Order: sequence, then structure tokens, then C-alpha cells
Amino acid sequence: MTMLLEATDLRKQFGAVRAVDGVSLNVAPGEAVGLVGPDGAGKTTTMRLMVGALSLDGGRVAVAGHDVTRETEAARASLGYLPQRFSLYGDLTVYENLAFFGSVRGVPRGELDARARALLGFVGLTGFEARRAEALSGGMKQKLGLAAALIHRPPLLLLDEPTGGVDPVTRQDFWQLIIRLLGEGTGVVVSTPYMDEAIRCNRLGFMYGGRVLTSGAPRELMAPLAGRILELTAAPRNTASAVCQADPDVEDVGAFGERLHLRLRPGATVGDGVTARLRAALDTAGVTVTGLRPITPSLEDAFIALLQGAQMEQEAARG
Amino acid sequence: MAEPVVQVEGLTKKFGDFTAVDHLSFEVQRGEVLGYLGPNGSGKTTTIRMLLGLLRPTSGRATVLGYDIARETEAIRPLIGYMCQKAALYDELTVAENLAFYAGLYHLPRGELKSRQRAVLELVGLSNRPNERAGELSTGWRQRLALAVALVHRPELLFLDEPTSGVDPAARRVFWGLIDGLAQSGVTVFVSTHYMDEAEYCGRLGIMNGGRLLALDTLAALKRDALPGPAWDVIVEPLIPALAALEQTPGVVQAGLRGDHLHALTLAGAHDAVSLRAALADRGFTAAGELADPTLEDVFMVLAGNKVESLSAGAQT
Repeated sequence: MTMLLEATDLRKQFGAVRAVDGVSLNVAPGEAVGLVGPDGAGKTTTMRLMVGALSLDGGRVAVAGHDVTRETEAARASLGYLPQRFSLYGDLTVYENLAFFGSVRGVPRGELDARARALLGFVGLTGFEARRAEALSGGMKQKLGLAAALIHRPPLLLLDEPTGGVDPVTRQDFWQLIIRLLGEGTGVVVSTPYMDEAIRCNRLGFMYGGRVLTSGAPRELMAPLAGRILELTAAPRNTASAVCQADPDVEDVGAFGERLHLRLRPGATVGDGVTARLRAALDTAGVTVTGLRPITPSLEDAFIALLQGAQMEQEAARG
Repeated sequence: MAEPVVQVEGLTKKFGDFTAVDHLSFEVQRGEVLGYLGPNGSGKTTTIRMLLGLLRPTSGRATVLGYDIARETEAIRPLIGYMCQKAALYDELTVAENLAFYAGLYHLPRGELKSRQRAVLELVGLSNRPNERAGELSTGWRQRLALAVALVHRPELLFLDEPTSGVDPAARRVFWGLIDGLAQSGVTVFVSTHYMDEAEYCGRLGIMNGGRLLALDTLAALKRDALPGPAWDVIVEPLIPALAALEQTPGVVQAGLRGDHLHALTLAGAHDAVSLRAALADRGFTAAGELADPTLEDVFMVLAGNKVESLSAGAQT
């Protein structure tokens, strides 16, 4: 199968900082690949390299077989890009914005109107053609941005945190559109800070320090935590947290509202008498336990475990 | 009971024909963390701007720490801290200089500056970086500096307007740990957010839509009172056609995407796992449905969901 995106060993350095340090990523038709990671991990720079907005220091990007550096126009014609700070013309109407992006993208004049109207229907903006872009809500601006990125019918779509600052109802709408595009064979690369979005991707790359440290299906990333996450409801919570942190099998304690999430060390599982030991220690410390049970690990648990692992390795490397 | 920290009665703000905030009434007690949720353009930021004394209400009244927001703005300002999504940090100034600047703005006595800088930097974990320029901090660290800036003059009440927007899960968890500590020390926190999971950290939650406060209660009470019946996780493929089928199933009040599966609310007594599976099988889908813990997102969608699209269409954010 032809890959829509083949990115091999991408490198980009800003001064002394290796912003992107050997990233490789392939996207097949109908596949959604997510980039997750802490701020400053290199997600946005990676995307900007893939679309040719930044020049590569090393590596190679091919979009639908076209090299981004040598065949820039052909590569760009095959991709749609929705950057984090998407620029619309505030003074132009919704329709005029879309027509503008269409003409820039070389959509034939005769097809432009029909295509613009179909896309406005697709993203749910029919009826708002005459509204000025600056008078749109945040969610509607994102949908117009998506329509603009799709106007030249690209087989590959790159979305950089497309739903940042957008409410849950609108995020649902947005993702229904993305899933429909995937069903039609579009390939998607998306970065997001929302784990409930990341889990919808076929594959995820966890980025840290300019590199993809781990990649796989969301379930593969969560699998190492199976049986290792416990939920504790107890009062007083601060004492409970301190008691759990002192247990040799507990590697992380996170407050999650009224509850605590405990992560056990690799190799330790609930069956090893950890819960009995914790209950006894909590009781001795005068903590009242209302609940202590294993729970299914979430992608957020996996994210935090991966990040802490990466930070510890970095500390160790620094000596 | 002590006097509420915030007391709002019939607060209304109109911009031309558009009613951004429509007869709000509520109270916030000392040491409370009040979450304020709603879609884009539902009036959250406008409410906060009125309580800060930056916008004059069209009608109604409110007091903050006992002072009237329309007439006694000057008395309120030194007692409150404010932090928003796009924190007003000076990129060219260092971490310590940003703090000194805001301390001056809030008339913190000069003799206290050093000790307050030390205290807030330690609180947010920036103690060893006082001389870094704000412009060089990553998003997560900027949020923390913005919080330090909002705290430097020792406010009794903190307004946070979507403070964690675009921040990764690990940094958000740290941030909420800080908020929790502040609340335990007696600071009152009024926070708006888009992240439903962050509601877990709030004592009570207000849900805004179309400028109106639809509900204000604890998470447990909202789940008990606002939902029509049980919640379900439905494992099925392919998602989009199955979602359409689920939405049309009798007894299903609402359905949506939830990560890599579907999630639905049904009327009380309408379904069990067997009947839900059978209903989808009738429409050609092999599905497994299991009872799920209802979430705040369920509450939000029930209260706000249906009208949201028309709302966001009319809103000017």
C-alpha cells in the first residue's frame, strides 16, 4: 500500500536545542496517527517540518510520494494543514474566506462554488456563509479552518491541536467529521493534549525531547499498566497520600479530585498482597478508607507513567 | 454562617441585542473551589470580567469580599488575583522581574517583595529559575508563573479563567495540586474550565449555557439529579454508523463518542445490557454494552447539549 506520509529521521535544530531529533512516522490511507507529549516535546515543529513550513536539517519527508523539499508544490497539493493558530481573514465572510483559500490552492474556478458549499455543509456552517469570520465562535472558526484545509481535497490532513480551547460538545462534532474523513480514506496526523481524543487514533507516538520515545496503538501503550493502577478513596487525604508514597510497591500517587490514583511498580500487581498491606498501614496511620480497588488504566495514566520514565532517564543521563 | 466571598443577584450583561449573561444568582463560600463550566460563548468570561470590576453590569448586583463590584472596584482589586488563558506576562522580563512588576501594581509593601517572591516561586516550583526570561518558558511553566503572579499580593480570592487550556495532562495534574493546596490554606478559587475531568477537583460546579446558570451543585448531586437514567459504554464498530443507530434506539436519550467506543444515556428502566445489544443487533451492529459510571460530560450534554450549536452560532467570543 502506498503511504500518504513517509517521514524518515527528521531533524531540526534551533541554536543549541535539538527541537526534532530523529523522528520517523508513516501514515497509510484511512489511518489516524496521534502525536502526544508534554509542552516543548517537538510536536508542532515536527508537523511544520512535515508540511514544508520549516526547512529540514536532516531526514526526508514524502507526501503521497512527493518529496517536500524537492517537489514542494506537488507535496503541498496533497496535504491539508490546520495549524494551532489558524489565520482567517476577519473582515471577509465565511464564504469569501473559503473561496480565497480555494483559489490559492488552485481549485479550478468552475468547481470552486460547488466545492465550497459542499464543505460548508460537511462542517455544519451552511447558513453562515455571509457571516464575517471575526464574528464566529471559537468552535466555528475551527470548523471553517478545517473546511479551508480540505478545499483542495488533500489525501493527507495534518491537525495541530485542532480542538484547543473548544468545548466538549463542539469537540464531539469535530471528531465526527474527522472519523468520516478517515472512513473515506484520508490519512490524518493530529497532535492533542486531550487523552480522550488521542485514544481515537490508530497509532500514537509519545514525544519527549524531540524524539518519539514510544509508539503503538493506544491499547498497547496502556497494556504495561494493566493491574497496576489502584483507586483509593480515603480521609484525611494528605495522610493517605503520604502513607501510600512510603510503600515500596507504590511508584506514584496522584490526587484526582477526592480520590487518589496509585501506580504500582512494574512487576508488582494487586494480587501480591499490596492492598492488604496498604489497608493495614492506612489503618495504623488513622486514615479512614472508603474504597481501594484496582481500576482499568487510562491513557492519561499511561501518559504520566511515560513522562515520568522519560524524565528519570534524562536525570540519570545528566548524572 | 460567615458572609459569602462572592454574592451575585440577578447579574445581567447585554452587548447590544445579545444577552451575554442573563440574571445570574449564586454565592461562593470561603475556601471553596467553584468550577464554572460551559461551551464557548456561554458567558463564563463575561461573568468573571464583571466580578473583577472590568465590565459594568447592565442590571443586577454583586459583591466580592463584601464590596460592590460596580461602586467599590478599587477596594476589591488588591484582595483578588486573576489569571487567564493568555496570561499577561512580559516576555522580555525575567521570572523574578515579572513578579516584582505585578507586586508593584498591587501595592505590595517593598519590604515584603523578596519574601513573597521566594514564597510564590517555591509554591509553583520555579525557585531555581528566577532569572530566566518569561518568553523562554514552555506553556506549562508559563501557566505556573502566571499563577505565581496572580498570588504575589496574597489575594483571598482567585479567579482563574481556563487556566489549563492547551496544557498537557501531567502539567495539569501538578497545577491542580497547587490549587488544592491554596484552597486548603483558605484561599477561595473561582475557576472556569473546558476539561470535564477537572471538575473532579472542584467542590461545586456551575454549568452555564446561553448566559444562564443551569445548575450549581456538587458533582455527586448533579449526577443524581440531572440525569434521566443510567449511562452505558457501548463497544461497537464502525463508530459513526453505529452512533447514528444508537441515537435512533428507543429509550436512548443521548449518545456520543467516548474515546474509542460509544457512550449513551438511557431513560430509567428502558434498557438492560441484553435489550441494548438486541436493539443494535436489529440495526445490523454487533455490540457489547455495559453499565458505566455517569460522568460530568453526561450532565453537561444533557443540560447544555441540545442548544449548544445554535448558541455557539450566535455567540461572539
